[in-house]
Amino acid sequence: MIQPLAQNLVYGVLIGSLYGLAAVGLSLVFGVTKLLNVSHGELLMLGGYASFWVFKLLGVDPFISIPATILFLLIIGYVIYKLIFARIVTYDVENKIRNSLLVGFGLSIVLQNLALQLWTADHRSIKTPYSGEAFTLLGVRLPVVRLASMGITLIAVISLHYFLKKTYTGKAIRATVENWEAASLMGINIQRVYLLSFIIGCALAGVAGTLVTLNYSIDPSIGLEWTLKSLVVMVLGGLGNMMGTFLGGIILGLTESATGFFIGGNYRQIAGLVLFILILIFRPQGLFGIKEGNK
Amino acid sequence: MLEIKEIDVFYGDLQALWGISLEVNEGEFVSLIGPNGAGKTTTLRAISGLLKPSSGSIAFHSQDLEKSSPDKVVDLGISQVPEGGSVFSNMTVIENLDVGAFLPRARQEKDDTLSLVFSIFPRLAERKNQRAGTLSGGERQMLAIGRALMSNPRLLMLDEPSFGLAPILVDNIFEMIQKINKQGVTILLVEQNVRAALELAERSYVIENGRIVGQGSGNELLTFESVRSAYLG
Repeated sequence: MIQPLAQNLVYGVLIGSLYGLAAVGLSLVFGVTKLLNVSHGELLMLGGYASFWVFKLLGVDPFISIPATILFLLIIGYVIYKLIFARIVTYDVENKIRNSLLVGFGLSIVLQNLALQLWTADHRSIKTPYSGEAFTLLGVRLPVVRLASMGITLIAVISLHYFLKKTYTGKAIRATVENWEAASLMGINIQRVYLLSFIIGCALAGVAGTLVTLNYSIDPSIGLEWTLKSLVVMVLGGLGNMMGTFLGGIILGLTESATGFFIGGNYRQIAGLVLFILILIFRPQGLFGIKEGNK
Repeated sequence: MLEIKEIDVFYGDLQALWGISLEVNEGEFVSLIGPNGAGKTTTLRAISGLLKPSSGSIAFHSQDLEKSSPDKVVDLGISQVPEGGSVFSNMTVIENLDVGAFLPRARQEKDDTLSLVFSIFPRLAERKNQRAGTLSGGERQMLAIGRALMSNPRLLMLDEPSFGLAPILVDNIFEMIQKINKQGVTILLVEQNVRAALELAERSYVIENGRIVGQGSGNELLTFESVRSAYLG
């Protein structure tokens, strides 16, 4: 009993780190710009396809091609922002959320169908030469690819954390989250902060996409599932706290795998949603969130 | 230095300012007084670029401001301490000051400016690594002023720095503002605490219902009939 349970929970942590990474991107964008980008999952899907095709056509290892995937998503994010979100971001908060939801749904349909046209509905995944390898620790199997993926998520989230904590630009982003008007009175160009946060969020989605393709598989329709997971985790972790959001991802992963183990695999998805509702009822600021400051 | 000519400002269909004109000269300490809702904050917001006047002009060292974005206005040398301070509560005192020095030119002189700010507000140095949300009201106001100084402004605008503070702290804050003025920073102070504002400032404007209704030196205004009856009882 103990060993399968441990195995299950380890897998929960490993997949949870992917949830965390995907959610950190969404949370950064929402926290800063107040745009709720529901096409986040589709951006993740694009990142997955990018590394799939680079691997398939050029034979480049997906871990190696991560910088290229990031660059690709930064560009996609820039174009999407300039074409679609740059105008919405000037509205007041309520209209921002409402309009970005509508536009985001539209965008996700467009991106899904585009992917379907270009790459068919086939499931794609990346099988590297080392895909089957694993360590065994105290009887628990630790697949190399999943461990490395978790390593990447940690590097991404910790870098983001230090970027926000230590650099002038990072501090400007945090100031904008708290009070954009006061931030603009410090000489911060708010529009630029919005754009930057948006494309960083896209890049994080792209990296998550690479890891999903390596560990599972992608197809044009996976976006919605990842958007929902990211939303759940974002609420779970609490806004404005990237490390908290990441931990929220791991908690969701653990909850799902524990539910799968004790109750049954069919209930995995429900566990996350139940957790989501419980958090909204009992701790709306999230597990690690801070209550709203001034403004 | 700052010259505002006949600006009109609207909130949607509602006109908040009617042909406001005012002038601040280099090194001066000017105050803008008036009751709640008269348009004091609106005037500062228009100068800072947070609101666009529908007509009239705002010039700073003969540069047009009325089309500039807020960050551009700060870069030109105008810094505002917004109403209530609006410090970034989840960031530490020192991080708040760092954000104040966001502009490249301010970053270069950050160390000097920081020691100046700490010499005016020693309390901030003591609380350096504390989260701004944990500060007292007076300390927050000091932080808000210090943060605004970090951009090395030539003109510092303060929106009701005395609001919500205990009387003893109010005197303290005003003393510090005067000290800042003595360092060569021009001051435009918006206040409801009329007596203090008139005593401190070299010149004052009185604003009512979005219009300038009087101006002059503090002493002149202290004897100005409508000011006396409206504010001093």
